[in-house]
Amino acid sequence: MAHHDFDMPISEDQVRSLRIGDTVSLGGTLFGIRDATQIAMFDHGRKTRFDLNGHAVIHTAPNVKKVEDKTKFPAGYAPICIGTTTSARMERFTRPLMEQYGVRIIIGKGGLMQQSQAAFADLGGVYLAIIGGAAALETTWIEAIEDVDLDDLNPESLWKFRVCDFGPLLVGMDSHGGSLYETVQATAAERRAHALSVLGVKS
Amino acid sequence: MTVLRYSIGVMKIDSRIVEDVCKALYIRALKVLPDDIKQGFARLDAAESDATGKAILGTMMQNIKVAESTDNLLCQDTGIPIYNVTIGPNVQLDGHQLKQAIVRGCAAATHEHPLRSSVVHPITRANDHTNTGRRVPVINIDFSDEPEVLRIEMIPKGSGSENGSFLKMCVPAEGVDGIKTFVVDKVIEAGGKVCPPTIVGVGVGGTADLCVHLAKIAATRALGSVCDDEEGAKLERELTAAVNSLGIGPQGLGGDSTAFAVHVETAATHITMNPVAVNIQCHSARRATATFTPNTVEYGF
Repeated sequence: MAHHDFDMPISEDQVRSLRIGDTVSLGGTLFGIRDATQIAMFDHGRKTRFDLNGHAVIHTAPNVKKVEDKTKFPAGYAPICIGTTTSARMERFTRPLMEQYGVRIIIGKGGLMQQSQAAFADLGGVYLAIIGGAAALETTWIEAIEDVDLDDLNPESLWKFRVCDFGPLLVGMDSHGGSLYETVQATAAERRAHALSVLGVKS
Repeated sequence: MTVLRYSIGVMKIDSRIVEDVCKALYIRALKVLPDDIKQGFARLDAAESDATGKAILGTMMQNIKVAESTDNLLCQDTGIPIYNVTIGPNVQLDGHQLKQAIVRGCAAATHEHPLRSSVVHPITRANDHTNTGRRVPVINIDFSDEPEVLRIEMIPKGSGSENGSFLKMCVPAEGVDGIKTFVVDKVIEAGGKVCPPTIVGVGVGGTADLCVHLAKIAATRALGSVCDDEEGAKLERELTAAVNSLGIGPQGLGGDSTAFAVHVETAATHITMNPVAVNIQCHSARRATATFTPNTVEYGF
């Protein structure tokens, strides 16, 4: 269980060095992406001008404020509250994000499933767990909103954040077939029969 | 037949004040977690035996403090806005105006704070950036026996946990076993997606729609409150222990703290029916209440 500090972007070797239970903090660039963003990119054929190669994306749709001062706020937005959302809804976009855009890290809450696990193994990627509902804290890890693309989808635009010490985040799924979520689900499935028997449920 | 008009001992409600209060309630609910939920965190943290689970609870409690010290939102999800209005005797208001004032207050909070608008048209997915839309905010109206008291409760219901909503029209032959099995299975299925530790709201009985509504009432009740149907209260105790024996833990990453509590609400049902519903509230179990009395408006939870 090692800790890793990554300046983004990273290489395939770096991402394959991660194992479930490790922790990671990110510095530099982090992209924000969500349901509507990925529906637009992968179902409606829209493209982003951003280079996501080797980068991390967080499942998010932030609270922002429109501001005029472009020197301090280059994208015209000040961050108000930025956190994460449930990743499972976006399961089918993991592989295209990695294959077509070279994304290496997906950050979110609640975990991803089998298709993503296979994509992480095949292409070299990980899922990092960030605490859902802890956005006030996580906002303090974000230095600025540097740029925004596909902004007609606001708040589900493609956001480019500059971050510092963004973490620690827990490696929930790695490129070696490991998944903390699968382990926990297996435990729960095992304990189900006992829980029902204590409740007096007749099988 | 004659209609009598009273003017003494009647509290008249000005819809402009309702609008301001509904705006303030939305922002307050997003920023300040109720005391009972904070106490719930302390209780779970003291008992958590899993190192990862304990670390996650610690981060969640730190977040509550950061939100208060930076006057920021607890969670990025501004939720689906729900306003629960309870009207006591001798409260005079124009119901139509009241509903419009709630909608305006909700939109004003969104523009003026500003807040992320999380509300879209269900088919076009168009977002008009007001956090309002067709039939949203959800407005529930009920009546109490407290004279000259109007209460408005605001709940910004997070979507991650709202997506953990389930209904099963069990048949009578499945009995209470069917209800218990359904709740346990849905908590397992929801896993970390609903942002545990949660309040698992369970509706038992009624019609299909009432059953789901009961689950929502249960999920948004204060921690420490108990179902006033003895049979429901018994189910609450049993199911709370059961779901916390599953090992799902905070954020679904393992541990003892899967739920703060399972809350149950019941309603009479039909001889052929045995409905059960689950509606889940995430750990950011946000709510705020304003109580109108003749001389003042007081904010609480």
